[in-house]
Amino acid sequence: MNILAAESANPLLPPVGEIIVGLITFGILVFVVIKFVVPRFEQVFQARREAIEGGIERAEAMQAEAKAALEQYKAQLAEARNEAASIRDQARAEGQQILEELRAQAQAESERIVARGEEQLATARQQVVNELRGQIGTLAVQLAGQVVGESLADDARRSGTVDRFLAELDGMAAGSPDGRTGGATSVSGSTR
Amino acid sequence: MTSSASALGSVLAAEGSGGDGFQAPTIAEFYPEPIAEFSILGVAFEITRITIISWIATAAILALLVLAVRKPSIVPGKMQYLGESGYSLIRDGIARDVIGPKGLPFAPFLASLFFFILANNAMSIVPFFQISPNSKFAWPLVLAVIVWVMYNWVGIREQGAGRYFKDAAVPPGVPAAALILVTPIELLQVFVIRPFTLAVRLFANMFAGHMLLVVFSLGTVYLLTVGNFSVIFSPFAFAMALAMTFFEVLVIILQAYVFTVLTATYLNGAVEPAH
Repeated sequence: MNILAAESANPLLPPVGEIIVGLITFGILVFVVIKFVVPRFEQVFQARREAIEGGIERAEAMQAEAKAALEQYKAQLAEARNEAASIRDQARAEGQQILEELRAQAQAESERIVARGEEQLATARQQVVNELRGQIGTLAVQLAGQVVGESLADDARRSGTVDRFLAELDGMAAGSPDGRTGGATSVSGSTR
Repeated sequence: MTSSASALGSVLAAEGSGGDGFQAPTIAEFYPEPIAEFSILGVAFEITRITIISWIATAAILALLVLAVRKPSIVPGKMQYLGESGYSLIRDGIARDVIGPKGLPFAPFLASLFFFILANNAMSIVPFFQISPNSKFAWPLVLAVIVWVMYNWVGIREQGAGRYFKDAAVPPGVPAAALILVTPIELLQVFVIRPFTLAVRLFANMFAGHMLLVVFSLGTVYLLTVGNFSVIFSPFAFAMALAMTFFEVLVIILQAYVFTVLTATYLNGAVEPAH
């Protein structure tokens, strides 16, 4: 179409060939866009949506897990506290018991020591009394001999006198728990 | 030689012959010399500069889109982000919000429409091309006819032929007496005016935009070369050409968006029975 012809052309009446060319051009674009471009975009959108939703789900799961762990720790902590308290109570009770036992033991020990001391004391006293008895007899006889001279040298009489004196002494010792005082009294008594 | 160049030639020639003043660009702008001419089955094909520009624009936008989805990943790269933004604008902003939940299956078609118009419109300001294939009525007409066939087909499929045509002719809620006026208007609107305005709106915008740019560009040259004090007015014409170029950017994007939104609106009317 030359320029002179164009001068008279109506721009609103395009030639059929041009329409077909435009149709084909647009058709190719539509085909490529629908067939290749849009599916890829949709695929990316889908993947992105899933990634975001998956992320949220994962975060929720993690949060639930953390919460469960926290609960567990709290329970364990409470349990441990209870246990500690019971152990403490038990220890206190045990300590009390040990203390009681020790006290009882000490009491028994001290009682035993006291008893043995008394026993030893009694034995020693008996010994002293026995020893003294002989010595006192001898001494008294010597003393009496010196006092009355040779008149009492006769054995028979002397032994009778001594035996009687000792029996008297024993009776006094049995009457008074204090042997020494009793002895002294008997001695003084026999002296008279 | 492009038609703009020949117009420039005639401007310079007019200056040379000291002749008859400024030669305004004519409609011949849109009828460049064919590069190839052939005929198939009696239909004459002319491959012109504008045809080639349309192929370049379509190939470029396809290359960008394919590049954007070449290695799709959850965390997008720059190209993928750009492509996703464009597709999301149509998918969520138009298909889902205008048509509703049933609109998502139309998103690929609407996106194709938007990208095609955007790329072809953009050629009106790309240096060395500087004419949009959409300023040839054939391209908007093809798109509008496809949209027309589509929304009628969807309407018949979704609502049934009887219901669809009845609702189109007799809108519910209209008093019987008003039908004598409403029915012809409605029928005319749905089946004739909608596709026609859709095509003409896009065509006229690109056509007029190109004419404005050419007028101010040629005017700049004419005022520079006419050889008297009018040289001082040349910068004003140049500034106006620049301003109109920026305005053209707005028109390029807006018309692509408007065409897509209106298509979605018509599809919505077809998907949802009239209230």
